[in-house]
Amino acid sequence: MKLDINGSVHDVDATPDMPLLWVIRDVLGLTGTKFGCGMAQCGACTVHLDGQPVRSCITPVSTVGARKVRTIEGISADGSHPVQRAWAEADVVQCGYCQSGQIMTTVALLEQKPEPTDSDIDSALAGNICRCGTYARIRSAVHLAAKLSRGGGK
Amino acid sequence: MSLTRRDLLRTSLAGAAGLVIAFQIPNVVKAAPAAAAPALPPANAFLRIGTDDSVTVLIAHSEMGQGIWTSLAMVIAEELECDWTKIRSEHAPAAPVYASPAFGIQMTGGSSTTWSEFDRYRNVGATAKDMLVRAAAARWKVAPSACHAANGFVVHGKQQLSYGQLAEAAMKLAPPKTVKLKDPKDWKIIGTPVKRLDTPEKITGQAKFGIDVQFPGLRVAVVARPPAFGAKLAKFDGSAALKVPGVEKVVPTANGVAVVAKHFWAAKLGRDALQIDWTPPEGGGVDSGRQIAEFRAMAKTPGTIASERGKVEQALSGAKNKLEAEYDFPYLAHAPMEPLNCTVKLDGDKCEIWTGTQFQTGDQGAAAKILGTKPENVTIHTMFLGGGFGRRANPNSDFVSEAVIVAKAAGVPVKVVWTREDDMRGGYYRPSYVHRIQTAYDDQGKPVAWDHVVVGQSIIAGTPFEPMLVKHGIDGTSVEGLAESPYLEGTNALRVSLHSPRTAVPVLWWRSVGNTHTAFAMESMIDELAHAAGQDPLAYRLGLMKDKPRHHAALSLAAEKAGWSSPPPAGRARGMAVHESFGSIVAQVAEVSVDHGQIRVHAVTCAVDCGTAVNPLAIEAQVQGSVAFGLSAALHGKLTLTNGKLDQSNFHDYQVLRMHEMPRVAVHVIQSKAKMGGIGEPATAPIAPAIANAVFALTKQRLRSLPLRLA
Repeated sequence: MKLDINGSVHDVDATPDMPLLWVIRDVLGLTGTKFGCGMAQCGACTVHLDGQPVRSCITPVSTVGARKVRTIEGISADGSHPVQRAWAEADVVQCGYCQSGQIMTTVALLEQKPEPTDSDIDSALAGNICRCGTYARIRSAVHLAAKLSRGGGK
Repeated sequence: MSLTRRDLLRTSLAGAAGLVIAFQIPNVVKAAPAAAAPALPPANAFLRIGTDDSVTVLIAHSEMGQGIWTSLAMVIAEELECDWTKIRSEHAPAAPVYASPAFGIQMTGGSSTTWSEFDRYRNVGATAKDMLVRAAAARWKVAPSACHAANGFVVHGKQQLSYGQLAEAAMKLAPPKTVKLKDPKDWKIIGTPVKRLDTPEKITGQAKFGIDVQFPGLRVAVVARPPAFGAKLAKFDGSAALKVPGVEKVVPTANGVAVVAKHFWAAKLGRDALQIDWTPPEGGGVDSGRQIAEFRAMAKTPGTIASERGKVEQALSGAKNKLEAEYDFPYLAHAPMEPLNCTVKLDGDKCEIWTGTQFQTGDQGAAAKILGTKPENVTIHTMFLGGGFGRRANPNSDFVSEAVIVAKAAGVPVKVVWTREDDMRGGYYRPSYVHRIQTAYDDQGKPVAWDHVVVGQSIIAGTPFEPMLVKHGIDGTSVEGLAESPYLEGTNALRVSLHSPRTAVPVLWWRSVGNTHTAFAMESMIDELAHAAGQDPLAYRLGLMKDKPRHHAALSLAAEKAGWSSPPPAGRARGMAVHESFGSIVAQVAEVSVDHGQIRVHAVTCAVDCGTAVNPLAIEAQVQGSVAFGLSAALHGKLTLTNGKLDQSNFHDYQVLRMHEMPRVAVHVIQSKAKMGGIGEPATAPIAPAIANAVFALTKQRLRSLPLRLA
């Protein structure tokens, strides 16, 4: 079947029930998207389908169809996206394993709500677990990213 | 592998762009406490300087989020006087030269990396700088003392040469016998907030964790392990698994069955299709309800004496003011975000391992033993760890040994990937404990007698650390922080005793180890005493700690910054705790409310005395993260067992802290002249008692069972 990932179309050999996560990681070799729970509990596997954040670990590849898949590798390879810049500025990461998912959820949030409140951030990111406990800096970084996206800040 | 100088030179040349400095090794430094090691460390094992001016620091420990790739680079850079923008870090290979100065083996734990490596990495930086300066001086035909190093250059008057330009010449010089380290007042990097070096790869998805290892010919295995602790593999039939598209092999492990496939999904479906008969655990297996009742019964009588002074029974029986309480703690999973995994490639008697481990020396030895080869034939590539928290420092090398067995049996390179359920049900938990305290207090409320019984499995028994860490039947980690509590300095009748029952449930250190329960029991009972005496919890504690200036200062600062002397907002209350662990002191004040019967933590104010603060930005992150980790346990964490089988399996029934539950956490770092302590763990333990004490202030309910639940 054909999959549009980060702007290029790939012909992939996978059974229809195979979760998109494992197609992305094990078939296409894009390892930025992470496996954390396999049941949409932790958000580490978050990718976008036509801009909507989804948990790729429970998304059968056959249901993707023509929708465009965006992974962390498609956000920017050099860290220049406002959300990535904010993450760097706020020194968010610790182990880093959950951060692809946190960033993907945040990018989608800001595309829908350019000026999120703390409560918007709580709702959007409640499904993304970080065991290192970077939540406080994520919150600052989301606000900073909103500012950078509007052309403000540094 | 054991690195010879030639190996190091080759490694260095292969690893950097252009030529590199490879320093001569004066001699192999034995693993010993830094103070007892007069020889300078072999700088080329820790540092490479490329002709392109790049500076690469080899980190002897594992980066699992705690920020040591940055802090150890800062420590080298301080002495090396290099250009910070040219510096990068990478994990060192597994080799004796990288043994921890604190523990004598290559490992990461005990919040020890920065303080234990502080002298070694500074010496490396100073050694390299000395050689670069002498190389420049020789070229200019001036005295080395007339030159100085700054920002990646050696300078003499108006002329300068970059470190990259000097690399080749410097590598030919003999290293200095001694170096003089900078006076702390001249530090330019140490003590300043420095952003992490690993951020660029971690925000773009390019960072490579163990689970991300891929190479041609690599297969993925998913393993069926015993469904209950103590269960044994009886027989299996892999024929249905082999019919799953992508599945290539089914092989037995030590006590399980591995399905080897082209990719994870096929291996997982294959594992689901296995037909396996397991022999149930003897005696029916551990049952949590029964176990806690047994532990409570044991807590009624003294165990093996860990510490004793005076006659505690006599003091208790004659006292008029007494308090008694029991505290209990469940098993906890580490649940790092990256499920366990390990990649193994065998080639004759050589073995290559890629994994996120905190325990290189142990894992190397374990792999060598399975393969019947020498440890130096086992290469370990330490990948980024997607969280460790102690789970990846296993003296039994469980996830590494298993992967070696699977690769050997399968005859192909294999990455064993654990599912979340495998990870959670795989054991090595923070043990379950019961504490019972009987105390008597005088008319001022001061504890005059303290009888403390701890019941819970030993983490250390049965590991190679037993001879070092279990003394006279006492696993020190089970009782750490009790007898030496600053609150009990004036208590003349004291007994701390320990029962260490053995069970089939494997246990392990979990971020801050014994302090996870000892701090709770101690700080809860002290709070009970303060209230029994009718005293303010802060004033009461400060009164007991008047001869402990660091504790006194930390608690006073946290209280001041939290506004302890003014009332909290309506509907909220505050509670406090202070605890010393890993050489550092952390005081916390938590502000809580109760909403529909649920405890909500709004703010946590922390004061930290960790001695020299190398990177305040990292300290803040570690303290915030430790509070979050401790909050997961305080509010949610509980594993239970039925017939030896874990009842929980994933994040839906083993909840951890989420974004909307994260309080504001203010971190105040005390300017301290004390000996440097650790920072990865010490802020974990105080949070649960600080919350419980706040809940008592708000509701008058004294919560003595973890996780904290209101009646």
